[in-house]
Amino acid sequence: MKRALRRDRRKRAPAPRKLKLAPLDVARCEQFLMHEARLLDEGRFDAWLALFTADAWYWIPTEPDQKSPFDTVSLIYDDRRLLETRVRRLSSPRIYSQEPPSRTSRIVGNVTVEEASSDRSACTVRSKILVLENRRDSQRLFGGTAHHRLVQLDGNLRIAWKRVDLLNCDAPLDGILVPL
Amino acid sequence: MTAVEWLVPLDSKIKHPPECAAEKPMGISEAELAQLIEPGRVHRRVYTDPAIFELEMARIFGTAWIYVGHESQVKNPGDYFCTRIGRKPVIMVRGQDGKARVIHNQCAHRGAMVVALEQGNAPEFQCCYHGWTYHLDGRLKAVPLQHGYPREFDPADPKTSMLQVPRVESYRGFVFASEAPDGPNLADALGYMTTSLDDMVDRAPDGEIEVAGGVFKHTYDGNWKLYFENLCDAAHPLFTHRSSIEAAQQQSDAVHSDGTGEIALRQMRQNGAPYSFWESQVGIWTYPNGHSFLGDYHDDAKLVAAMNDPVFRDYIAAMEAKKGKARAKEVLEVRRWNSIIYPNLSFMSQFQQLRVVHPIAVDRTVVHAYTFRLAGAPDRMFRNTISFANTVNGTGSLVLTDDLEIYNRIGIGLLSEGTEWLQVGRGFASDVPDAHGGRRGKNSTSEVYIRNMLDAWRAYMTDGHAARAAA
Repeated sequence: MKRALRRDRRKRAPAPRKLKLAPLDVARCEQFLMHEARLLDEGRFDAWLALFTADAWYWIPTEPDQKSPFDTVSLIYDDRRLLETRVRRLSSPRIYSQEPPSRTSRIVGNVTVEEASSDRSACTVRSKILVLENRRDSQRLFGGTAHHRLVQLDGNLRIAWKRVDLLNCDAPLDGILVPL
Repeated sequence: MTAVEWLVPLDSKIKHPPECAAEKPMGISEAELAQLIEPGRVHRRVYTDPAIFELEMARIFGTAWIYVGHESQVKNPGDYFCTRIGRKPVIMVRGQDGKARVIHNQCAHRGAMVVALEQGNAPEFQCCYHGWTYHLDGRLKAVPLQHGYPREFDPADPKTSMLQVPRVESYRGFVFASEAPDGPNLADALGYMTTSLDDMVDRAPDGEIEVAGGVFKHTYDGNWKLYFENLCDAAHPLFTHRSSIEAAQQQSDAVHSDGTGEIALRQMRQNGAPYSFWESQVGIWTYPNGHSFLGDYHDDAKLVAAMNDPVFRDYIAAMEAKKGKARAKEVLEVRRWNSIIYPNLSFMSQFQQLRVVHPIAVDRTVVHAYTFRLAGAPDRMFRNTISFANTVNGTGSLVLTDDLEIYNRIGIGLLSEGTEWLQVGRGFASDVPDAHGGRRGKNSTSEVYIRNMLDAWRAYMTDGHAARAAA
């Protein structure tokens, strides 16, 4: 055991010099959101999950301006553990509600940085989304506002939390399978 | 049937079919209607025929006690909550006299919907078309340009009011309404199911519950009855919910959770209980008028019995402080999963969930799912209620989405004329009579609760009222 630990220590990369972080400007955030949208459209859900931090949450409220996911129901409210389960289920051959799978096509736009930490290591990004979803013989359109809390970890951008406010959050809906 | 077919004076009797023109069968004879249900099977037309759906609206939703809402949704005078009885838009409203009423959400002038918001508070109701203004009990209060109406126009005539639904009763805060002026009272219609409603309320240390936490609305392209026929089905989770069961079983509990995932994963894993468990540990009980409940199927200490959950320990302490040890034990020992009060209500006491089924068309249904807060319980209990609602009633739930897929697939499958009769015979030979006029399955995998609803369906559709389910 001790030997193993020592070996690990030997293997460990030298402590990183303070990385020079690229500034969290709108352009970089927009590129990131477009990358995220592409992963979802292409069904690369594992890669999408990898964008989130280890204690991330993902939230789609049922009410406009909903204050909390803990005192009001949500179309989706996943802590990291449930988000992992959600993504694992999406790749199950027995997910009958994705047989046939949904196809989505999404546009991300109107990106603004709402708030950034003073060292620019984290920021909250607001964007507008339009998601066209086709399944079986019907097509539906989701639209709304997304907020992402982006943080820099080891030089990479990661999602600490994501909130999507849908225009039709309080309308009767058939199941939501592919994340928005 | 016209859009205003309920605009009849309050003193008129709703006629039993087939005398009433509005209820005259379209495309199906009374004789055919009586032949659609047989022992252990049901004809597919019951789920697909638009003429049968129209009759259901008149003979079931037009006569039975229909759950409208909970009194906590209209706490103060002027508080209103809009919903539907069958397809008809209605308003549950608390009058200035403190009484809760149910009135049709329709102006007596040109037929427009009067109240457009789902809930709120109003001193009076005013139609936005020509300004007809109504008291909270639906009586006409004022009409602009009254001199312009015919001489015989009488604002006191009930025909000029937003009509009250003739009978409204509540049981421990649950408000039901019936469009039939006569018939069994609510308590008789509920029968032994009052004990399930008691179970919802008695779990509150302070003896009161209130609707809180918003609402889910989900929809599918299939018949309204399919929803109820799935709610107490103990034989489907292992197949239908396999994707979430397996994903949950493979999930590491070392990964970060704020409590949400913990509740969700326990529920999903429990859905994976083997058939032997459902057949030996869980029961299903049915009662007259189509009502039923499924026994609790959890042995997971933290989910329901929850003796090891610190939140639940605090809750038990609050219960014992308010009710005494013996009574608290008695209340918490009631172990029921979903209860069904036919034809539009289902609820579950363990996590304070309630669903209302709204038939829209023969092949279109909307379900509203609510949550309740237990007065006097620790705040964290309600947080678990919300997490649980997201798990089993959420539009993006890992569980419900597969149920919705089933309803949609039945909706499509029934378009086939291959199978004329659908099977509801599982457990048929082994059902046994039970106390309180009930019938129960030998175990939870019996489809006795579907047969029981279909018996009630046939009684409503052919006799004009639900008869006692045959033993």
